[in-house]
Amino acid sequence: MALSKPVRTIWDIPREERFAPGHTMCQGCGAAIIMRHLTKVIGKDAIIVQATGCVEVTTTAFPRTSWLNPWLHLAFENAGAGASGVEAALKALKRKGVIDPNRKIKVVAIAGDGGTFDIGLQSLSGMLERGHNVMYVVYDNEAYMNTGIQRSGATPLGAWTTTTPVGKKMRGELRPKKDLIGIALAHRIPYIATASPAYPTDMVEKLRKAYETEGPSLVHIISPCTPGWRIRNEDTIKVARLAVLTGMWVLLEIVNGKPRVTVKVPKRKPVREYLKLQGRFRHLTDEEIARIQKMVDEYVEEINRWVGEQAIGPVEE
Amino acid sequence: MSLKDEGFKRYLGKKYPETWRDMPIAAIVPWPGNTAEVKTHAWRTIRPVINQDKCIRCRLCWTFCPDGAILEVDEEYKTSSGRVFKVSYKVDYDHCKGCGICAAECPVNAIEMVPEER
Amino acid sequence: MSLTLEKKEEKKEGLKQVIGRRIAATGNYAAALAVRDADIDVAAIYPITPQVQIAEKIAEFVADGELDAEVIHVEGEHSALSAVVAAAATGARAFTATSSQGLEYMHEILYIASSLRQPVVMALATRALSAPINIWNDYADAFGMRETGWIMLFSENVQEVYDNLVQAFRIAEHPDVLLPVVVTLDGYILSHTVEPLEPLGREEVLSFAPKRPRGYRPVLDPDYPITVGTLGTPHWYYEAKYQQVVALRESKRVIEEAGREFGKKYGREYGLIEKYMMDDAELAFVSLGATASLVKAAVDRLRKEGVKAGMIKIRVLRPFPADEIAEALENVEAWATLNRAISYGAAIEEPLFTEIAAALAVRGIVKPMASFVHGMGGRDIFVREIVEMYKKLDEIRRSGRRVKRTYFWGVKGHDPEEDQAM
Repeated sequence: MALSKPVRTIWDIPREERFAPGHTMCQGCGAAIIMRHLTKVIGKDAIIVQATGCVEVTTTAFPRTSWLNPWLHLAFENAGAGASGVEAALKALKRKGVIDPNRKIKVVAIAGDGGTFDIGLQSLSGMLERGHNVMYVVYDNEAYMNTGIQRSGATPLGAWTTTTPVGKKMRGELRPKKDLIGIALAHRIPYIATASPAYPTDMVEKLRKAYETEGPSLVHIISPCTPGWRIRNEDTIKVARLAVLTGMWVLLEIVNGKPRVTVKVPKRKPVREYLKLQGRFRHLTDEEIARIQKMVDEYVEEINRWVGEQAIGPVEE
Repeated sequence: MSLKDEGFKRYLGKKYPETWRDMPIAAIVPWPGNTAEVKTHAWRTIRPVINQDKCIRCRLCWTFCPDGAILEVDEEYKTSSGRVFKVSYKVDYDHCKGCGICAAECPVNAIEMVPEER
Repeated sequence: MSLTLEKKEEKKEGLKQVIGRRIAATGNYAAALAVRDADIDVAAIYPITPQVQIAEKIAEFVADGELDAEVIHVEGEHSALSAVVAAAATGARAFTATSSQGLEYMHEILYIASSLRQPVVMALATRALSAPINIWNDYADAFGMRETGWIMLFSENVQEVYDNLVQAFRIAEHPDVLLPVVVTLDGYILSHTVEPLEPLGREEVLSFAPKRPRGYRPVLDPDYPITVGTLGTPHWYYEAKYQQVVALRESKRVIEEAGREFGKKYGREYGLIEKYMMDDAELAFVSLGATASLVKAAVDRLRKEGVKAGMIKIRVLRPFPADEIAEALENVEAWATLNRAISYGAAIEEPLFTEIAAALAVRGIVKPMASFVHGMGGRDIFVREIVEMYKKLDEIRRSGRRVKRTYFWGVKGHDPEEDQAM
């Protein structure tokens, strides 16, 4: 049974584990936390289609699996297309009476940032545009972590990766991350949200709403990566929380085009606090940090304008 | 659903296969959740120890564990100060990888990370 | 689109013959009809010349209520095949069609379809590969997918397009097979050419290629969760691949059985190869697809001249009918291939030849042989040119000389013998 009643407190999260331990995800992996909660939400009657990536390789080395749901992996760039195929098949087979037409079976696509922002973008766009009844979950660790920390379209400005090294002429990633929510929004889908595992009630409730949505939904979740972000194993949640408290990651929900900030931050912390915990930003000078702060200030202003209130407040040292 | 026709079972091989003949078709895994049989404790250099007396049963360690290695059990516990809790949290030491998130996130410092001795 | 089939059944010498009304149809239309009659559940469609009318007709059948299927208007062929593989994994009868660049674009998923043992069926309107971009017929696309683990059926005419597709569903979904099947139709030459066609109609197709109960093979189902598309480490990857080798090898029996049964029921029997005037043939050509018709015409002309010519048409390219071809060529004096595909830089640049030569060599059959490429990118092959090729082969037989390179026939300003000197 999928989670059916609204999640208001941490106690509304189902106890039943539907993501088996014994997987080989790293110590302190953010994505592992996300997968645990996602599978709790979707319950038994969901078919998962997963893109190639960290979670895929660490959970399905033959002859073992961490998954309790029917689960399909085809390739890196086609979670959207695969999910479309499963959904279409369910529709046809229900109509033809092969599968009980009254049984709700949700299709859930899971992909990382590489499989979503970059190589999987076309397939995602097709799936969203065609209106498939699929819930798409992105765990965004902001680089190609499975291959060893290479830059993706989701890598934030200034971040070190192995392909945006810190050298004499270039100092980490040169561009801010791609606006995935803007892309999803442009497809006019009924439900879009951002989430952070540091705010589990908010995250689980958004996953539940995405599950309940008829039609395409997308939940974009920040997923700290201990080796890739060069953070201590125990700091995963701390970093995911600071992303929100500094305004670098705003917890949004967009229902039928109407945006809302679900976790307001009346007083923002300076981005320095988020950056200084992470080795990938260690090289940043005060000037570079100031530039990132300015970018975040502008982003926050844009969000506040969009949602029509001061959801995210000013920086307070 | 109508899986009454169980012809599919002929393709599922044997748990666990030894040769190509008894391997499931297309390398599918028909044994849901069987990574649980794999112990990941050897990854650990430090282990969490929960002080049941200090623990306020806030559920955060259970929530934030990447390995589902904090178990929530219906075991009543009475603290030394006389407070009674209906649930308790225990560490699944077979699967805990020792990341320390539980200890870092515990609001009352009831979890201590203790070096593993081998 | 309203096409009513007036079926009549008649008993003929104990055979149940179903004769549909004879219609005129293009290859693309025949393919769409076969798919409609097979009552597919899911189709992923994407336009590419020259298969586009297959997509259009399927959409029309669904729009008119003649076919109850989900049509996924995918945004590219990579997604087309991904979607139908996923649909098949969910238990649906799934179909897509493509051509040339589209096939190349989905190439990655070709391997995944066969490795995951998903019985999808695909029509391939064969077409040249870019660059230069060219929308006309050759077999470069089809030959490029030989290594992908699919069963490959070639069609010689519009009727065969229909018949092959009907058989494809039965073969792909057979419990002893579970592999994807591609059916080719020569771009334009079959895809757009109107020929007589006797469709069987849904009832017959569904009796010949019945839909099996859900659960006869592993599918994505919440009541029996399986993990599909796992990580194959060096401990198990090789075993999974060997299973595929065996599956494709063993599919031969099912393909033959389907072809025989089809013949019994409908009077058109299909084998792995077709022999034409081979009983007493001294010179034999091997070819495939619609090109085979041209070779047959050349054989007819040569026979009138008193030349003992014959030909072999390969219907099933994968699994390769090595035994059947070796047996058919055992008694000829010389043989050659004619193909519309090039294997650049290969030992022999005509790819069909290398397979046949290898099949014969391991059986100890060595005799004068040669290979010919012609008709690339839709270049017409004339029957008189094939007659000339037979004469070249005759000369090779008589002289006993060894031909070490492929003859590239019909290249402007090129004497094919120069290929031997290079």
